[in-house]
Amino acid sequence: MTTPTEQLIKPVNRIVDARGSFCPGPLMELIRAIRESEVGTVIAVRSSDRGSRIDIPKWVEKAGHRLLGVSPAEGFDEIIVEKIH
Amino acid sequence: MDRVLILGGGVGGTIVANLLSRKLRRQIEDEGVEVTVVDQSGNHLYQPGFMYIAFGNEQERNLSRPERSLLDGRVKLIVGEATRVDADARTVTLADGQILEYDELVLATGSRIAPEEVEHFDTEAQHFYTADAARRLRTALDAFSGGSIVIAIAGMPYKCPPAPLEVSFLIEAELRARGLRDKSEVHFCSPIGRAFTIESVSEMATPVLEEKGIELHTFFNVEHIDPERKVVQSLEGEELHYDLLVLVPPHHGAQFLIDSGLAPAPGGWLPTDHHTLLVGGRPNVYALGDATDLPLSKAGSTAHFEAPVVAARIAAKLTGKPLDEKHGSYTGRVMCFFEIGDGKGTLLRFDYDHPPKPPKPNRVWHLGKMLFNKTYWHTVPRGRV
Repeated sequence: MTTPTEQLIKPVNRIVDARGSFCPGPLMELIRAIRESEVGTVIAVRSSDRGSRIDIPKWVEKAGHRLLGVSPAEGFDEIIVEKIH
Repeated sequence: MDRVLILGGGVGGTIVANLLSRKLRRQIEDEGVEVTVVDQSGNHLYQPGFMYIAFGNEQERNLSRPERSLLDGRVKLIVGEATRVDADARTVTLADGQILEYDELVLATGSRIAPEEVEHFDTEAQHFYTADAARRLRTALDAFSGGSIVIAIAGMPYKCPPAPLEVSFLIEAELRARGLRDKSEVHFCSPIGRAFTIESVSEMATPVLEEKGIELHTFFNVEHIDPERKVVQSLEGEELHYDLLVLVPPHHGAQFLIDSGLAPAPGGWLPTDHHTLLVGGRPNVYALGDATDLPLSKAGSTAHFEAPVVAARIAAKLTGKPLDEKHGSYTGRVMCFFEIGDGKGTLLRFDYDHPPKPPKPNRVWHLGKMLFNKTYWHTVPRGRV
């Protein structure tokens, strides 16, 4: 079985497993990963907080990065983001 | 002898110690149990009072008492700094080399602020998380004669989540009272997509911000301070000019918990069971208050409501009596006052399953907070409420 991550064309460089964490935990974990990563890094955030599928894409748009996809998986969402700048 | 070792003499550690002293009175007197608190300074601080040094003529001397004076006489106090926990050997090492053995360990080590992680914080920004910092903020406010005030958050999680909003409201009210409002802008910057993490509180606070003319900037994660241009820049690419900058500093858990392998870096928050408050699945290590990674406010109130759970579980274990599930399982209960300015406040009361429904701001909840501040020393640390 392939995970949502593996179905993407761009390979994921970093997985942020924020399952079990609540708003704003997953977003803050993503922000930390973005700060630590090189431009071009593709980050997959796994979140069991359903608010993340709304909050994270909004943040990605404001921050000027690229949302590559939001995929539901078993008990969590996987949100894929590429660091653009 | 069963040894209960409590690291930290803040709200959580002190209440656990005093509750255990009462529950295990006979065992302690018969020398079957020993309860020890280790505290770095030996002084207990009432940290919610710091904000009132900046905004309410509060004096630092009213916000500190010797920890010994708050602990029951049956509780032993060691003033010293813990530097290592060996959870397998069940020992804690202190900075002076002393090694303390324990059977039950309570980690009430709080959080520490790290303003040095933001370049130019020390010369450009103010905060209110220590008595000294709150005094400096007061001085900066006194010197302020109009311009742009920016209140922002330089790292999450941080202590007392409502505090930066409260400070924004109090500053705005003060500017009006001093006749400076027309000459000033007030900006409140939130790291997330709304004014506050909890949606219902955000829904209460957002219209208050609008009504007071405080500009809300969402998704503003502080990235850089430019002291020459007097601007604070966000990770998201926004920048704001400031004449007075108030920043919530980054917070972390205790470094020695990271070094001991109990808490992950860089946050240093202890992985804590939501209900039992046990750390990392260990049967004899508990955490409460700011030190945990629970999805709740880092606030004295959280520690206040967690402490009876830790005390109930340890007492049941050491006496061999069955655990009263009602009192031995934490529900996520938190209750705190929220200042709105102009002598008004509201109340946040919630748990894991029930978000807060803050009542319409009024004078009663502001006065409630004032009363709580005055009576704290006689009630909370002693486990009387």
